[in-house]
Formats: sequence, C-alpha cells, structure tokens
Amino acid sequence: METVEAAVAQIQALSGSIEDVSHLNGLLKQSEDSLRLKSTVLSPYLDQLDPSTHSLGYLYFLEAFTSTPIIKERANEVVALTIRFINSCTAAQIHLAPDKFVSVCKRLKEQVMWLETPIRGVAALLTAIRKLQPCTEQLTSLHPDFVLLCVLSKSYKTGLHLLEDDIFEIDQPKDLFLYSYYGSMICIGLKRFQKALELLHNVFTAPMHNLNAIAVEAYKKYILVSLIHRGQFSAAFPKYTSSVTQRNLKNYTQLYLDLASNYSNGKISELETFVQSNKEKFDHDNNFGLVKQVVSSMSKRNIQRLTQTYLTLSLQDIANTVQLKSAKEAEMHVLQMIQDGEIYATINQKDGMVRFLEDHEQYKTCEMIEHIDSSIRRIMDLSRKLTAIDDSMSCDPLYLAKVGRERTRFEFDDIDTAKFCI
Amino acid sequence: MENDEETSGQMIDEIYTNGGEGKRHGSTMNGEQLDVEAYAALYSGRTKIVRLLFIADRCGNPAMQSEALRMAYDEIKKRDDTQLFREVVQKIDGRLGPAYTMDTAWVDAVQRRAEVKKEKLDVELNAYRTNLIKESIRIGYNDFGEFYYSHGSLGDAFKSYIRTRDYCTTAKHIVHMCLNAILVSIEMGQFTHVTNYVTKAETTSEALEPVTAAKLRCAAGLAHLESKKYKLAARKFLDVGPELGNNYSEVIAPQDVATYGGLCALASFDRTELKNKVIDNANFKNFLELVPEVRELINDFYSSHYASCLGYLGNLKANLLLDIHLHDHVETLYNEIRHKALIQYTLPFVSVDLHMMAHAFKTNIAGLEKELEALITNNQIQARIDSHNKILYARHADQRNGTFQRVLQTGNEFERDVRAMLLRANILKYDYNQKQSRKQ
Repeated sequence: METVEAAVAQIQALSGSIEDVSHLNGLLKQSEDSLRLKSTVLSPYLDQLDPSTHSLGYLYFLEAFTSTPIIKERANEVVALTIRFINSCTAAQIHLAPDKFVSVCKRLKEQVMWLETPIRGVAALLTAIRKLQPCTEQLTSLHPDFVLLCVLSKSYKTGLHLLEDDIFEIDQPKDLFLYSYYGSMICIGLKRFQKALELLHNVFTAPMHNLNAIAVEAYKKYILVSLIHRGQFSAAFPKYTSSVTQRNLKNYTQLYLDLASNYSNGKISELETFVQSNKEKFDHDNNFGLVKQVVSSMSKRNIQRLTQTYLTLSLQDIANTVQLKSAKEAEMHVLQMIQDGEIYATINQKDGMVRFLEDHEQYKTCEMIEHIDSSIRRIMDLSRKLTAIDDSMSCDPLYLAKVGRERTRFEFDDIDTAKFCI
Repeated sequence: MENDEETSGQMIDEIYTNGGEGKRHGSTMNGEQLDVEAYAALYSGRTKIVRLLFIADRCGNPAMQSEALRMAYDEIKKRDDTQLFREVVQKIDGRLGPAYTMDTAWVDAVQRRAEVKKEKLDVELNAYRTNLIKESIRIGYNDFGEFYYSHGSLGDAFKSYIRTRDYCTTAKHIVHMCLNAILVSIEMGQFTHVTNYVTKAETTSEALEPVTAAKLRCAAGLAHLESKKYKLAARKFLDVGPELGNNYSEVIAPQDVATYGGLCALASFDRTELKNKVIDNANFKNFLELVPEVRELINDFYSSHYASCLGYLGNLKANLLLDIHLHDHVETLYNEIRHKALIQYTLPFVSVDLHMMAHAFKTNIAGLEKELEALITNNQIQARIDSHNKILYARHADQRNGTFQRVLQTGNEFERDVRAMLLRANILKYDYNQKQSRKQ
C-alpha cells in the first residue's frame, strides 16, 4: 500500500464482514510504518472514514496521526476527534488491534492533562474501557489512566462506579498497582474507607520481586486509613506478602509507623505535637489532609469507647476523659458523630448529660434478610469460582510438571509410608 | 409480714456496712510491726540469715533494722560463711557497738579451718574414687556439697550435689540428692532447676515419705510463685500435707505455706475452687490456724464482706513486703484480689447503687467509677455505668444480634480475602508466564 488513498479505499472496501476485517488488519499492519511517515497529512482522510463501520482503519489512521507530537493549537481538535471515535467505534473491530487502541487512548489522556481539562477525558475513557474489556473482571491498561483522570477532575462518583467491579484478570501488575492506588484515593475522597483499605492492601501484599514506589506510598496511606477507619493498626504483614516487601517496606515508612504507635498511646495532645513537628514531611507526601483526619478520628474513637462503658455521662466528663478543651467542644463532637451515624445517643442540654443508646438494628426486617441473602449468593459464586480455578490449575501441564519434579524426590518415602499404612 | 420487713431491713444494713464494723471479734488484726525475733525463730540455716538481711534492707524502721542485723551477725558466727559475715559487718557499720564489728581473728580462723577441712575431704574423696566404692564416693561428694554450702559457695555446692547423681543406687539416694539440689537452687534463686529436680524426685519408683512429699510440694509451689503462675502455686501449696510441720525450716515455714497458698488461691481461683480447695480443705485448715488473719480474710471474701477482707489485706501488706519470696508479687496479688472482689460484688445484681458500693469498699465514688470503667473495658464486668444517677446497670449481650453481626462480618471478610487471593494468584501466574516466555 503506497498511497494513503489506496489505504482508504481498502478500508472502505474490506470493513464488511469479520474475515474481511481480519484481512484488512493484516494489510494495514504491513503499511503501518508508511502511514506513520505520512502522519501529518492524514487528517483530511479521517473525514472520509466512518468511525463506526470503519473502526479498524480509523484506528490505524488515528494512531499514526497521534504518534507524532501534537502542537497545542491542534490538541483540542485531536481530543475531540479521539472522543468522537471512542464513542462510536465498534468493539469487535477494536479487539483486533487492542494495543493500538490503548495507545490512542493514552494519548488522549496526555492531551487532556496537558490542556488541564481532565474532565473531558473521563466519560470517553470509561466507554473505551467498556469496549476494550472482554469481561468486566479484566483489568486493562486504561483502568489506571481513567481513575487518574477521575481523581484529577474530582469526578469521584464515576470512578467509584468502575471500582465497584471486581477484578480478577490482569495483564500487567503495574496497571494493577496504579489502578488500586488511584482507586483508593477516590474511595478516601468519598469516605469509603473499607474499600480503600482493601485496594491499598492489595497493592503492598502483591507478589513482587523488587520494592516499588507505588507500594511504599500505598503502605503509607494504608497506615493512615487504617487508623481513621479502625482506630488501630497492626504492623504485622500477612503471610502471603512477598519477602522483599516484608524486609524493606518498613525502612521507607518509619515516620508513619511512629505516628501509628503515637496514636495507640491514646493522648491527643501528644499526637497533635507529633503531627505539627512533622508537618513538612507529611505535606511532601501529600498526606497532610489524611493526617488531620487521623487526629480527629482519635477523639471519635475515645468517645466511642465511652459508649461501651457508660449509659449516661455528663458532657464535662466526656471532655475530661477524651481530653477536649471544654464541654461545649465535647457537645459539638458528639453532635457531629450522632449526625454521621457513628454513635447512637441523645443529648440532654438541660442537665448537660448525654445518654448513649443501643444500636436499634434488630436484624428482623425484609431489607436485612435480602442483604443476607445476596451476600450468601455472592459468596457462593466466589467459592464456585475458586474451586473452578483450583481445578483448572490442577490440570495445568506446567504446574503438574513442576510438582511432579518435586514429587520424584520424595517418592521413596511415599512408598514406605504406603507400606506401613497397610 | 413484719418479720419480712425486719429481716429485709437487716439485710440492707448488712449489705451497706458489708461487715465493715461488725466482725472484729476473735481475730486480732496484725497491724503491729513484724516481730523480728519471732519471725526469725521460724527458720533455720542459711535462709534465716538471708531473710534477716532482707528485712534489714527493706524495712524503714531503724530499730527493726538494727535488731535484724544483730541477729544476723549472731547467726553467721555460728556458721562458716565469711562472705556473708563481711556483708553484715558492712551493713552494721559499727552502729551496734564494739561487739558487732569486724572480727578478723574469727574470719582467719574460719578460713584456716576451711582449708584444712577441704584438704581432708579432697584426700578422702580421691581415696574413695580409686577404690571405686560407689556409696563412699557419693557420701564424699555430699560432704563436699555441704562444706561448700556452709561456706557460701553456692555454685560449687550445687555442682557437687549434682555429681552424686552418678553414684546414686537407691531411690532414697536420688531423693536425697534432689532435695539438696533444690535447697541450693532456691538459695541461688534459680527456680528452673527447682522445678526440674522436684519432678525428678517425684517420679522415682518408690513411694515418697509424706514429709518428703510435702517438702517437694512446697518447693514446687515456690517455683511457680516466682514464675508468676499463681494458680499452679496455689494448688501446690494447698496440697502440702500437715506432716510438713517444722521439718523444712531451711526453706519455708508453715505460716508461709498458709500465706502464700491463701493469697495465691484468692487471687486466682474462682468461687467453686476456692470453696472446695481452700475452705473445705481439712489439711490446709491446720496451716491456716497458724495465720488467723489469712483465714479470716479468705472467709470474709467468700461471704462477701469485702471491706473487712480488704482491711486485713491492707494490714498484712507491710509485713508481706518484707518476705523474700513474696515481695515482688504483693502488688499484683493485691490488685487481682481487689478486682475479683469488685467483680464478685456486681455479679448478682441487675443494678447497683454506686454509693453503697463505694461505702462497702471504703473508697470514694470517683475512684470506684474509674476502677469499674477499667474492668468494663477489659470485659471482666458486663455492665454500663449511669454516671448521672451513679448506678451500675448489668448488661447482657444480645446473643441473636451479636450472632447476626458476626455472621455478616465473617462473610465480608471471607469475600475480601478470596478476592484478594484470586488477584494475587493471577499476578503470580503472570509472573510465571513471564519467566516461562523469557526462558523460551
């Protein structure tokens, strides 16, 4: 294919059925380089192609077009073009050249960030991901980019929507790390601390050969979120963490571990002084907002502990026990917690007393039954999946070969025990 | 009808006073100072001296101190330990007059005697060894052990006693060796050895004499006490038979058995065990007669007269702090007993007025509230405090709700763990595939 026109003609001709398209794919692959060379003149030809029917061809052209650095004036145009393409392309055709699609989308992300309007890319990337994924459980390379754009443009709800999907298949571990890390930031922004903890936990317990910076940052945030959400932090790594992580992670995060041990001493004033003295370091990691939340969570934690031991307590006593400055401040804290649903209580302003109530949940309503039922079903699906994977692995020739090699070493002992079993 | 009102009125009064004022008849509260002479008369041998020195160090009272040091000096002169002698003289510092100063003549005499004796023993032992008569060798090593012990070289004494093991022929010999080893280990403070040798002695083929069995149980109890296993220590002390009498005065007096056993039992047994093993224990009664305060305080605790029980404890405290084995543990045991008393007080009630409770325990309400708060946080009392009206309400966990909560929580955790696991498996698979493709 020498000329671009010839290419265009080919595309228009061969975009009908599946075999045609695969044939077209082959042809286009061969002329990839030549297309790239002519990238600057490609834009008028793009108008001749229809993104929905000629998706594959359009993709090649677009990729060649965006492979060269784009000047600022044209950036807007390119962005609009790419978005239109993503919205209208056919998924089946895209799957023939997935890496091209990914690189086009990545260019889009770069452009959008360059133009400092990340929000333009959010919807487009979401559509792109949905079209690229063979199933919702697959992590594509676009996931981290999408989540990053959500974080930058503060469109947390959209990001959360994607995060709700469980991920089981991944292409690149690095994608997973970035995706989980950015995703956790979205969850923290929406105060979904449990999900954030899950995501961060996945990052630093993932198997890895060398410690990477993402794991370090994730661990720092994990410590902070764990203190906010659970009020405690255990520095023990689970067994399945890789040995590299177990040995080295603590060296990089010593400041946060000190913060955690300070927190567990239970004195707000000490915690505040510690935080103030290390303010620049926390700022440097962009974690100061989280750290402030940690400090405020401490008084909340103390008040919650009081609900376990007291039925009624005067506001002055609360202020004293929790080391707040005055009864008024205690009242504000308690009020805030009641509104947030963190404790159940009533404030009697006449006596200055707070009455702590029990959790009203009786576990008798229809909603609760439905909740339990859906949980059971979800878990059954999960365990079915688990057994399926276990089965497939036991039949995997590579695995059997490896295990078989080790078994021969022990065969002699096996035979002996077998004899004794008779 | 009227009778009921009367009796209920009486009962309320009793709960209120909690035996604070009523029950003083008979027992004398041992609030006065420890009588050093009487105390020391209970013991013999090296432990007497060590105990006297300990008392001299720890008591704040100069009169008692000089008395203890004087007695220690006299005792040491009766034995041959020059090291201890030097120590005592240093501590006396000339305060007790010219009769109690450094007697270098005596020291030299003792040293010379020691050397002569050592030579003699050495020669004898070598003779026996060449003759290869087991029994004589054993006796020889034993003599060496005794010699070293009386001169204060405890390590050498221990080693000598241990050497007799190879030459023991009958079970009696083994028991004898074990008892000696135990004695030296207790003096040295190495209680792991004590436990070992007690087990060794108890597992010999012959049945033990009751006195020996009692001695071994005391030693085992002491070892457990040192390692803070109060329940086991209590059990051992409670099993000591009355045959012990004064036979083990080189280590422990029967009063001590009663005190240690009683306090450890009170701190660690629950109510049924306390009744069965302590109050109804005929053997232990004999020991408790020797320390009537401990007997009274156990009975008070059992019959819920907490104020008087804690009163007795308070009085005994000063003297117990002067005891070499118990002094570290007094605080812990006392706290345990106090906590147990608080918990036992609140157990039968649905609601408790904190005023009455504070009066029963002779504290103020604020302090009581703090103590109760600590116990509730540790989940030892199931209750909630109404701080406004100062009432403690018992609170029983709702099993059904609790179960539902736990079920949902476990389900969530399972889900999280399995999802994370599948993810990690995937990463490993990817890794493995990478390696494979690189190899190929």
